[in-house]
Amino acid sequence: MSRPEDYRKDFPILGKGDYIYFDNAATSQRPNAVMDAIKDFYENSNANPLRGLYDWSVDATERYENARKTVSDFIGASSTEEIIFTRNTTESLNLVAYSYGLSNVEEGDEVVISVMEHHSNILPWQMVTKQKKAKLVFLEPDEEGVITPEEYKSKITEKTKIVSIGHVSNVFGITNPVKDIAAYAHEMGATVIVDGAQAAPHIPVNVQNLGADFYAFSGHKLMAPMGIGVLYGRKKLLENMNPFLTGGEMIEYVTREDATYAELPHKFEAGTVNAAGAVGLEAAIKYLQNVGFDFIEEQELKLTTRMMEGMKKLPYIKIYGSSDPAKHSGIVTFTMEGVHPHDISSVLNDDHVCVRAGHHCAQPLMQFIGAGSTARASVYFYNTEEEVDRFLEHLAGVRSVMGY
Amino acid sequence: MDLKGLYREIVNEHNLRPAHKGDMENPDLVLRGVNPSCGDDITLQLKIVDGVIEDAMFSGSGCAISQASVDMMADQVIGRTKEDAIKLAGTFMGMIKGEIKDEEELEELDEAAALQDISHMPARVKCAVLGWKTMQKMLEHPEDAENISSEND
Repeated sequence: MSRPEDYRKDFPILGKGDYIYFDNAATSQRPNAVMDAIKDFYENSNANPLRGLYDWSVDATERYENARKTVSDFIGASSTEEIIFTRNTTESLNLVAYSYGLSNVEEGDEVVISVMEHHSNILPWQMVTKQKKAKLVFLEPDEEGVITPEEYKSKITEKTKIVSIGHVSNVFGITNPVKDIAAYAHEMGATVIVDGAQAAPHIPVNVQNLGADFYAFSGHKLMAPMGIGVLYGRKKLLENMNPFLTGGEMIEYVTREDATYAELPHKFEAGTVNAAGAVGLEAAIKYLQNVGFDFIEEQELKLTTRMMEGMKKLPYIKIYGSSDPAKHSGIVTFTMEGVHPHDISSVLNDDHVCVRAGHHCAQPLMQFIGAGSTARASVYFYNTEEEVDRFLEHLAGVRSVMGY
Repeated sequence: MDLKGLYREIVNEHNLRPAHKGDMENPDLVLRGVNPSCGDDITLQLKIVDGVIEDAMFSGSGCAISQASVDMMADQVIGRTKEDAIKLAGTFMGMIKGEIKDEEELEELDEAAALQDISHMPARVKCAVLGWKTMQKMLEHPEDAENISSEND
């Protein structure tokens, strides 16, 4: 049986001092395997991929395209043409909004998202609906954070052209019923976009099984370097879309007046690509697969259960989302009576505990739950029960520091 | 002073029992100051008679540092001329940015000088300066502040 200690040694930063890193929902840490892969790319294969006719460039191209194959298999795409490398989830969602949304949403149509979305899955749709004079409709969760069938069936209608929904909420940690929502949206003739930023690091994803027409995620939350992200899109949809960015490497033939575009997926990857990032992402996926989602889910549940039980003993703490730790994906968002979340985070930082405080790029959700901001502790498989206990001890001391 | 000491010795008193929190009757200048990234949100109200700040109050919510800092500021600026208050705001912000370290100069700030250690906490700088920035803005550009009493006149 695996233990988190077996993996902690692979992460140099986790061995530095007595810091407790509980901000994994913002970004994860990176193991040596990922950093070594990036270094190896620059030391042994560095050339501009997809262009040169010499060995190094051919090698760089091969490594970049191998990474695409690994990503394609990781999320169950039907071909590598459906995998576009971007900078992050935000860029992936913007690509869909600009290249698909603006051409497929018309005046009077509706775009459905949820109030739980990260700003990166809200602002692009505000842009599309404003520009096209369409309506932006929000799904709302119940008190346990659940989007019920009654809720989505009342809001997804024949007017709906796009449903764009987070797979796992970055505030509640809850996994939305994306498969059911996608099936219903398809019945209504809508296209389904899934923001997988918070899901891909924690649960197995199969885009075809899920029914996602587009699926976006970031590398950096699953141990890959910052600056590499993915957009999956169904081939048929991608083929009919215009490019998002134009310029180098995304062309077939260019004259003074006109251009034809390259085949998928290169049509959507203008300019020199982040090949080392893609190679790092491949190493991260392989590392993650070696750890296995079974262990990841088991360890996150163990830690979340311990954390929520400990926090329940502090009567001045309010936890948001489901009362069931199994529905938190390692994320526990909370407030403390009389203490602003920023003060919680600063006091905990004095004790070398890293937690997030603020609106978590989800201001509409903060407004919905009636909190200006919240604190958030989020764990990953390399965190330990001993860390949770120390966190709880420090947390219990915060109110006394604040004069209560 | 470390952060916990700062809270215990200075910040908590002003945060939990502020002397200047509330709504003023007939203020001369009113301006809202917000830190969008953290949700600190204050509304500063000043009563000005013959160019002198006769009273200062604030309402709103935010972290302990933002609330305490604006309460301490009110202590310091009541009774000062507008020009003097603007100058004091410059001294406070210079201190927080780590540009003013001269003790004699900082003495002017009296108790507010206790927040000097915030200069080593970049994540909290915005909280500490919110009240001072808001006051500076409303005194330098009163036309941008809501001029309530003149509206009532």
